Amino acid sequence: MRFLATFLFLALLVFGVWSFQAAESLGMWLPPHVSSFGPDIDGLFYLILWMVTFFFVLTEAVLIYCVWRFSKKDPSKAQFSHGNHKLELLWTGVPALMLLVIAFAQMGTWADMRFESRFPEGEPIAIAWASQFDWRFQYPGADGKLGTMDDFEVAHDFVVPVGEDVKFILRSRDVIHSFSVPQFRLKQDAMPGMAIPVWFRVEPENKRGESNVGDYELICMELCGWGHYKMAGMVRVLPRAEYDAWVLDQQARFLSNGIEE
Amino acid sequence: MSSSNTNVHLGTGAPGTVHVSHDHHELGFLRKYIFSTDHKVIGIQFMITGLIMFLIGGLMAMAIRWQLAWPWTEMPIVGKLLFPATGKVISPEFYTMLFTMHGTIMIFFVIIPLLTGAFGNFLIPLMIGAPDMAFPKLNMFGYWAMVPAICLAITSFFVEGGGASSGWTAYPPLSTIASAAPGSGQGQTLWLMALTWSGLSSMMGAVNYVTTIVKMRAPGLTLMRMPLTIWSLLIAALLQLFALPVLTAASILQLMDRVIDTGFFTPTNLIVNQYNAEAAGAAAGGQPLLWQHLFWFYSHPAVYIMVLPAMGLASDILSVHARKPIFGYKPMVYSMSAIAGLGFIVWGHHMFASGMNPAMGMTFMVSTIMIALPSAVKVFNWLGTLWGSRIQLTAAMLNALGFVAMFIIGGLSGIWMAATPVDIYIHDTYIIVAHFHYVVFGGSVFAIFAGIYHWFPKMFGRMMNETLGKIHFVGSFIFTNGVFYLMHQLGLAGLMRRTADPYDYEAFARLQPINEIISYCAFGLFLWQGFFIFNFFHSMFWGKRAGRNPWKATSLEWEAPSPPGHGNFDHQLEVFRGPYEYASPEVEEDYLPQARNLNA
Repeated sequence: MRFLATFLFLALLVFGVWSFQAAESLGMWLPPHVSSFGPDIDGLFYLILWMVTFFFVLTEAVLIYCVWRFSKKDPSKAQFSHGNHKLELLWTGVPALMLLVIAFAQMGTWADMRFESRFPEGEPIAIAWASQFDWRFQYPGADGKLGTMDDFEVAHDFVVPVGEDVKFILRSRDVIHSFSVPQFRLKQDAMPGMAIPVWFRVEPENKRGESNVGDYELICMELCGWGHYKMAGMVRVLPRAEYDAWVLDQQARFLSNGIEE
Repeated sequence: MSSSNTNVHLGTGAPGTVHVSHDHHELGFLRKYIFSTDHKVIGIQFMITGLIMFLIGGLMAMAIRWQLAWPWTEMPIVGKLLFPATGKVISPEFYTMLFTMHGTIMIFFVIIPLLTGAFGNFLIPLMIGAPDMAFPKLNMFGYWAMVPAICLAITSFFVEGGGASSGWTAYPPLSTIASAAPGSGQGQTLWLMALTWSGLSSMMGAVNYVTTIVKMRAPGLTLMRMPLTIWSLLIAALLQLFALPVLTAASILQLMDRVIDTGFFTPTNLIVNQYNAEAAGAAAGGQPLLWQHLFWFYSHPAVYIMVLPAMGLASDILSVHARKPIFGYKPMVYSMSAIAGLGFIVWGHHMFASGMNPAMGMTFMVSTIMIALPSAVKVFNWLGTLWGSRIQLTAAMLNALGFVAMFIIGGLSGIWMAATPVDIYIHDTYIIVAHFHYVVFGGSVFAIFAGIYHWFPKMFGRMMNETLGKIHFVGSFIFTNGVFYLMHQLGLAGLMRRTADPYDYEAFARLQPINEIISYCAFGLFLWQGFFIFNFFHSMFWGKRAGRNPWKATSLEWEAPSPPGHGNFDHQLEVFRGPYEYASPEVEEDYLPQARNLNA
């Protein structure tokens, strides 16, 4: 049993570290980020990953060593010790400092993401409406104002310009939904009865210099009923000129057809 | 107080104040085993009930795993029986009921009743040297309140629309508006009533535990001489006393929203599935976020109710089977108290993405980060206990070691969730599922297994089979990690929880083979429990007879006969020292019982 038990706990440690290390090549890792939140969030993620790995390896290794070393048949008595004050101070103090560092390191990022005082200036470009089980986006008409008669609404696709701060209002018509785009590192619940402002900026290029223009899956991340699993949308990120052309085209369609889409 | 003529004097004063008279008459079968006021019988009733519910909740998990590995595929053999209307496949509606009821059953009918109900009832009087609980009849009602709770929960599957389907968190308006989900009809009403009954059961238990521990300890058993199991059960009972009323109140508010059309959680202008509740006469103007605050104000402390007693059991078992005193007894007590105290001010970390004021998010982030500290201190102290010890790799010890190994994983992954910006990415993904299953399954369930192997001799007077116990541990440990470890990586890839079929998303289609592996491990884990079930019932009747103290342990329960008779102890008890005097140089053996008087 001594060999088997040691092997089991050792296997957990090896598998635990290996599977995180191999996850990226197996396609089970964070998708590359494209938004302005990406570097900060991923940086914090990796900082915690290193810290967690350190403590995981340390504690599991001590556990494995103890199981191996101290389960040997030994007629003598164990150490008679009720504790060690200095050790307690050490292993309370060091983790406490590390945790405080993590707590303070993230405050700025959080404030940038969510505090309305740090939100970009200007009017929201759209209202995102969530309802069972689809997404609709209400854009201002030619007057540039939301909530007037000439607003137009599109289903499924949220079209936004690349490289600019995009602010929009998130609302729900029925139950709670959640607006989530993994590549943007963005998630916000749509809470019925509340109009929640949200912002993000898709950077023009990623780390490798490739353009971030393209389509990103929009996922509902809060249970919203039986059809929750299929409540998908798409965020289409366009260059500014194409975005302007798209808006003009939609406005013209709305005016010529009356209520469209 | 108690039905027989057992005379109990409360108090912890001079030696000899615990006086038991044994002139009771024989009770009939019904009073002895069914409507019993004996804490040991009630504890065993809770245990059997909890294990049966564990089987039911586990079956639901198997159905969930079937759907996630092979979505919309005909279920072999049982499919025809269970889903005749949908062509032997799980419907998306039924899938939402499955994970809702899996969570509800595992939390409210398995883990909490097993830890506080079974171990709390059985161990508290025995470990503090008392003849029974302070309020034996209340204790009996506490068990019997579980019966309507379970009946209501099971019945809810068979009403129109089916069982509750808005998750075990029951967020309104999904849970309150009948047109929002099929299970939000009668099923949800029954769910709320079931929850209230199970809360009532916990409440009666908690009042009893606190009173008994405070008032009925044997002479000489000061607070700082109590085993950590008793400390953990006391702290968990206090958490229940202070947090449960909030959930009960919230459940009643939701019940009123549903039944008499109040609008505590219903905002104005809500049209759900083309149905406008306001136009039909219901009140509105409420706030769905209010439910989340009230719900998590209980349900986050509930997480600690589910893990603190597990920590207590594991601490005692580690010390006994490592033949060494617990390392840092006082830091262990302080850290459990710190976890409980901080546990009341971290509930908002479930709501970082909810639209709650972000300044509150920052406050909850700091308290949540700091709650990692006492948990870390406990892990270090367990390792300190093992260092220089004489480990005996019994089935109980293996499970306790497994608890430590896996609680570490569940604790560490929590740090990502505490960090608000990272949580925004991983919220509602599978890494959350991995995290809480490592705490509650890898942690609490393995501690429960350890506790059963360890205290079974005291419960039934017979030993469990060690070989079967070890086989059970090895397979369970491998399969548990096979099921839950890779969920971390699935979550990091963004895979969301509570989703019947995520593979229509381009990003998730490639994850299906991983879910197949996980499902095979889950089926293996489920089937492997056969070793435990066989061992449990076989040993109950045919196990090797256990003496009073088969593990050579020091705490008071081992002074009583196995199994203890009515009134527990057959001699006067006095406590002279703490509960962890293993390897003491004062005596020749490697253990020095709490109740042994060295000067006698």
